Amino acid sequence: MSKGVAITGMGIISSIGNTVEENFQSLIDKNAGISKISKIDTIHKDEIKVGEISFTNDEMVQILNLPESNNYSRTALLAEIAVKEAVNNAKITDINKYKTGLISATSVGGMDMTERYYYSYKDEVDKRKYIDAHSLGDSTLKIASSLGLTGFTTTISTACSSATNAIMLGARMIKSGKLDRVIVGGADCLSKFTINGFKTLMILSETDCMPFDKNRTGLNLGEAAAYLVLESDEIAKKENKKVLGYITGYANANDAFHQTASSEDGEGATLAMKKALEVAKKSPKEIDYINAHGTATPNNDSSESKAIIRIFGKTIPSFSSTKGYTGHTLAAAGAIEAVYSILALQNDIIFPNLNFKTPIEETLLIPETEVINKKIKHVLSNSFGFGGNCSSLIFSKEL
Amino acid sequence: MNNYYINGIGCVSAQDTSNLELSFDDFKELKNNKVEVFKPNYRAFIKPAMIRRMSSGVKSGIVASSIALKEANIDLPEAIITGSGMGCLRDSEKFLEGIINNNEQYLTPTSFIQSTHNTVGGQIALGLSCKSYNVTYVHQATSFESSLIDSMMMIDEGSDHILIGGVDEIGPHTTENHELVGHVKKESDLKNGILNSDSKGSVFSEGAQFFAIERDKKNSTYAKFIDVAVYDKLEIDEVENKMNQFLNDNKMQISDIDMIVLGINGDIDYDEYYNLLMRKTFKNTQQVYYKHLSGEYNTASAFGLWAACKIIKDQSIPKILKINNKEVPTINNVLLYNQYRGLSHSFTLLSSC
Amino acid sequence: MENLKKELKEKIIENLNLEDIEVADINDDDVLFGDGLGLDSIDALELIVMLDKDYGIKLTDPKQGKSIFQSINTMADYITENRK
Repeated sequence: MSKGVAITGMGIISSIGNTVEENFQSLIDKNAGISKISKIDTIHKDEIKVGEISFTNDEMVQILNLPESNNYSRTALLAEIAVKEAVNNAKITDINKYKTGLISATSVGGMDMTERYYYSYKDEVDKRKYIDAHSLGDSTLKIASSLGLTGFTTTISTACSSATNAIMLGARMIKSGKLDRVIVGGADCLSKFTINGFKTLMILSETDCMPFDKNRTGLNLGEAAAYLVLESDEIAKKENKKVLGYITGYANANDAFHQTASSEDGEGATLAMKKALEVAKKSPKEIDYINAHGTATPNNDSSESKAIIRIFGKTIPSFSSTKGYTGHTLAAAGAIEAVYSILALQNDIIFPNLNFKTPIEETLLIPETEVINKKIKHVLSNSFGFGGNCSSLIFSKEL
Repeated sequence: MNNYYINGIGCVSAQDTSNLELSFDDFKELKNNKVEVFKPNYRAFIKPAMIRRMSSGVKSGIVASSIALKEANIDLPEAIITGSGMGCLRDSEKFLEGIINNNEQYLTPTSFIQSTHNTVGGQIALGLSCKSYNVTYVHQATSFESSLIDSMMMIDEGSDHILIGGVDEIGPHTTENHELVGHVKKESDLKNGILNSDSKGSVFSEGAQFFAIERDKKNSTYAKFIDVAVYDKLEIDEVENKMNQFLNDNKMQISDIDMIVLGINGDIDYDEYYNLLMRKTFKNTQQVYYKHLSGEYNTASAFGLWAACKIIKDQSIPKILKINNKEVPTINNVLLYNQYRGLSHSFTLLSSC
Repeated sequence: MENLKKELKEKIIENLNLEDIEVADINDDDVLFGDGLGLDSIDALELIVMLDKDYGIKLTDPKQGKSIFQSINTMADYITENRK
């Protein structure tokens, strides 16, 4: 008997807020968190805009009460802050009471430290502690250790769809009974590596990004972390937990077209959305809101628009990309947008697609540009990454 | 209850393992402390137009996965699930060095794109035009085991043909860094091999191992995959208990195990995890090791699985892998145990079929 | 101009790692992208960096590359006109 996957807690830190409540307030106040970069010294700093979190690393170390000897990368700091909020929100007191796991996602990992100290390790012995912090799995292990979690842990990295895939794995493990409870999500901090990487691909915008707009020129990078606590609906009932929503659909498909570009007809995206609907046993017209991937690159938004049309035909549901608020937070994107999707569900609100003026000529899709009050039962959230990795999730108010 | 059959295997490693004519008799214990893969004839597997951009890890991954799929006679798997602890390290280093050395100027995208951890999985999918589920696990030394667990779930959920693999590269600068903190064994300490080592560190290497896991048995079947369990942290005295629990969960006990495959890597600080098992728990069991052939990397346990599969199929244990010498009339149940520096413990259970 | 064309062919072979190809294999008017030499969008980005690094020409819109990189001839013409 397959179990329902209930969401009982959330935590988030992004450029528009350090908690779920702060993020929600910024979303409804249309307060974007896009600005010039301040914490990284890059020659590109006047040519890009980012979604940067205001806390310094030292401030986060204080908040988390870490010893000075710690070797946390910025990614790990953000991750732990968000996980702690989620675990508190889910009112978990004994982390190992049930078969509890942790599935985290990241693409930057400890690269922010590695790029700082790459050539320094020989001479600066005190910095060598960061050598072990480089790997993508490191932050996951740190969080598990910090929570005292002894159950299953793993880390996923599939570029921009990473956190969505982490959430999907968590849901599958609950459904199969392999886990009773799982903390899922992702984290990525800004780094010179990713800033320069995206610069070489010429897909960074010099101004505030314009998802789904005809005149979009590229994305703004962002940093963030967000986590959900998933529990089997049985356990949620037993523990009398407040359920924020359910994960009813999920899918991952591959575009198999090109290493970084999406296929013109959005094949991978179409397959992912289609399969997610099948898993949820829902038809397209039951989707009330799509939180799109919408990075504002010429390629993604065009390809995603075509995929949306292929799935929804003439009846396109309300949709928006929230990347105008936070920037593209890479591996964390799927997780912060999961939080936003659940907030939409809980509050019957659709968050606007900022900076939109003119639709893309080929597809003429128009996203919501204001905060809209609307009864929402099911939300579809998309995340598409390099390597043709396309993932979709469906969140529902009830099972 | 589903079965999970390992029907195809492919391996690129420090030994000439992609050459299917060779056997363990042709392999030699590693004498250097930093070893690259023995290069296969990449062009036999990959089009020149695609090869030009690929890193070593991607090329090795494509070769190993091609061998595994061919053996299992699979054209299109229903999932491609990869594990990699450090990703495409050489391209990461290349791009990062470009940033630092050229002050962020004149950088080109190829090494950035190639550095993302899911590049191997993505490139395999591209080559096969495979639009199915594709995920990469990056959980240090249980990255490969995570992909094993996912493949079991996929078959439980209804899929029939899954491709899984473990890939890691050796990166020159990263290795230097690990040398600074004593993780790399000194070459002079390798004289007497890695068994009963009295020195720190391990041999750093790289490799790609892929497996075709299917619901149904075939002529090409090597073994049945029964179960896997992973633990972030275990104390030395906890291992035996956890192992017993794992076996009991699978209706077995220590005495049912015909062969134990251990991830001994010659690091005196951590091989103690294995020593207790060798001296006591598995005193009467055939013990086998493999990292003296493969070297150490986050997904080296996949090499252990590759070796175990061959042993089960051939029903014969190569001398070079033996730690002790027990009479084993039939090799039915095989347990693999691995850990790295006290973390990332995994138990994997296989059986013949 | 002839020297520039030869130089461009050498650079393309080196930067894009076209191991099997010689300078003599590339004709001045061969289509470089798509079906011709088989270069793709990532190669275009590599060539844009080459234009900047070796000839001082900065392209801000990657789409400009499409017409400039059509063939060795078009590349040589553009560089001759715009190089610093």
